[in-house]
Amino acid sequence: MTDLIKYTAADTAAAIASGQVSAVEVAQAHLDRIDAVDKKVNAFLHVDTEGALAAARAVDAKRAKGEELGPLAGVPLALKDVFTTQGIPTTCGSKILEGWVPPYDATLTSRLKDAGVVILGKTNMDEFAMGSSTENSAYGVTGNPWDLSRIPGGSGGGSAAALAAYEAPLAIGTDTGGSIRQPGAVTGTVGVKPTYGSVSRYGLIAFSSSLDQGGPCARTVLDAALLHEAIAGHDPLDSTSIDAPVPAVVAAAKLRDVRGMRIGVVKEFAGEGYQAGVMQRFNESVELLRELGAEVVEVSCPSFTLALPAYYLIAPSEASSNLARFDAMRYGLRVGDDGTRSAEDVTALTREAGFGPEVKRRIILGTYALSSGYYDAYYGSAQKVRTLISRDFDAAFAGVDVLISPTTPTTAFPIGERADDPMAMYLADLCTIPSNLAGNAAMSLPCGLAPEDNLPVGLQIIAPAMADDRLYRVGGAVEAALNDKWGHPLLEEAPAL
Amino acid sequence: MPGITREEVAHLARLSRLELQAEELDHFAEQLDVIIGAVARVSEVAGQDVPPTSHPLPLTNVMRADEVRPSLTPEQALSGAPAAEEQRFRVPQILGED
Repeated sequence: MTDLIKYTAADTAAAIASGQVSAVEVAQAHLDRIDAVDKKVNAFLHVDTEGALAAARAVDAKRAKGEELGPLAGVPLALKDVFTTQGIPTTCGSKILEGWVPPYDATLTSRLKDAGVVILGKTNMDEFAMGSSTENSAYGVTGNPWDLSRIPGGSGGGSAAALAAYEAPLAIGTDTGGSIRQPGAVTGTVGVKPTYGSVSRYGLIAFSSSLDQGGPCARTVLDAALLHEAIAGHDPLDSTSIDAPVPAVVAAAKLRDVRGMRIGVVKEFAGEGYQAGVMQRFNESVELLRELGAEVVEVSCPSFTLALPAYYLIAPSEASSNLARFDAMRYGLRVGDDGTRSAEDVTALTREAGFGPEVKRRIILGTYALSSGYYDAYYGSAQKVRTLISRDFDAAFAGVDVLISPTTPTTAFPIGERADDPMAMYLADLCTIPSNLAGNAAMSLPCGLAPEDNLPVGLQIIAPAMADDRLYRVGGAVEAALNDKWGHPLLEEAPAL
Repeated sequence: MPGITREEVAHLARLSRLELQAEELDHFAEQLDVIIGAVARVSEVAGQDVPPTSHPLPLTNVMRADEVRPSLTPEQALSGAPAAEEQRFRVPQILGED
């Protein structure tokens, strides 16, 4: 049954629950698929064959005993290598953590296991989640299944590529400046950055603590919602976890009705630097939403033009502090400890050998922005911009239910094109960053192929904090209408691997 | 806003415990100068009377009950250590010999 790899997560779970297929068969089908295509795609850094089959057997045993199965029991998942997994290597895409086997599970990992989700392995990513292409991984770049010579986005390119290559129906990403949504956009998959604080960061290797947020990646809006409900919710082990009920995202994904909703088009996300085919598909989505009965208005958020510069001060500042923990003393790489060198020298030699260029650049940039004399002008101003951006969102959401924009200014660019031009790379996150700075919720879903290059275009939907259900309501309606129009999901148009 | 010099990058690298090579210093100084030139736009708002936001959630001092709970065993805690001895992390010398 090769078809098993094309099932949605919802259909997979239903087929397992009804006994049509066993969880072990489902897991094996995906492991076989990984075996067949991952040499080309390089989505996975580590495949846990034994662990996946054991988890699947446990689901089958539970069913045999007549126990009730959860809504995702037996569904395979690809986990971004930024979350700790007990007994399974966790590298964060870095040489400094090569071979590290965490002694504990992240809260998100535990929740997946409790839900009966079958973790297939750990996916490739830009080192410490810093990047928009996975080219910054210490373990080689991941190919975009639509065109292997192009980037799959980043930092969660491995998770998005695993979905688009049918290696897994579900994946987990983290979104600090767009690392779930941008890979989703360029691979024709769905990615959601939940409200900051709704998915626990315990066991998530920190890049920028006030921005990092784990979230679901899937091929359909409903599958993303099912995964969202499985991983979200209060966690006492994360002091920034929101102690409030998770919005009813699964119910919202099934509504498929946007009549009466007010939707704002962000005026600032258009113009120079936006690919014509991206704007064409975006404008068609705007028209579609009108046809579906939503009221669409233009909204101006003037401070968004300062979001990118503010982000590239705040995120590196927090990173320079967070990455100080990689000191070669307690875990990870240690270089140059020959008995003559001091601990300080060993730390500096290890960090030089263990970190890649983008991580070093950001550590230096963050250290600069936080140094006395520059702090007020840079970090202080960036924090003020953050306030202005939140005010722009508040003003916008006073008049509309959600905001929409293209997820990324362009489709997937060729591997290597921006690799040594940090500023060009940073522009990939232009439209996604404001939601991280404000901490609200945002989704990317496919809205067509750009006519000039036949590559996927992402539609971004942004909702106020703790109104994540609105993303799924709008996303579910758009997805259903587009699939009707196309006669099939967009991914069906991807070339065979 | 002034740019960044190679000497400043070298100083920042020392503060960050990064033993950069000479050619890395050249390359990073050039790139960081461009990046800093671009991000310096935030100082447009420096004079404005706007409160700073350090975090999206208005949380302060989240406390938990001071209770004994299960934690890692010494073996687990030391499992990733580059060197360990007598249930402790073994580290290179911290103080000078003299």
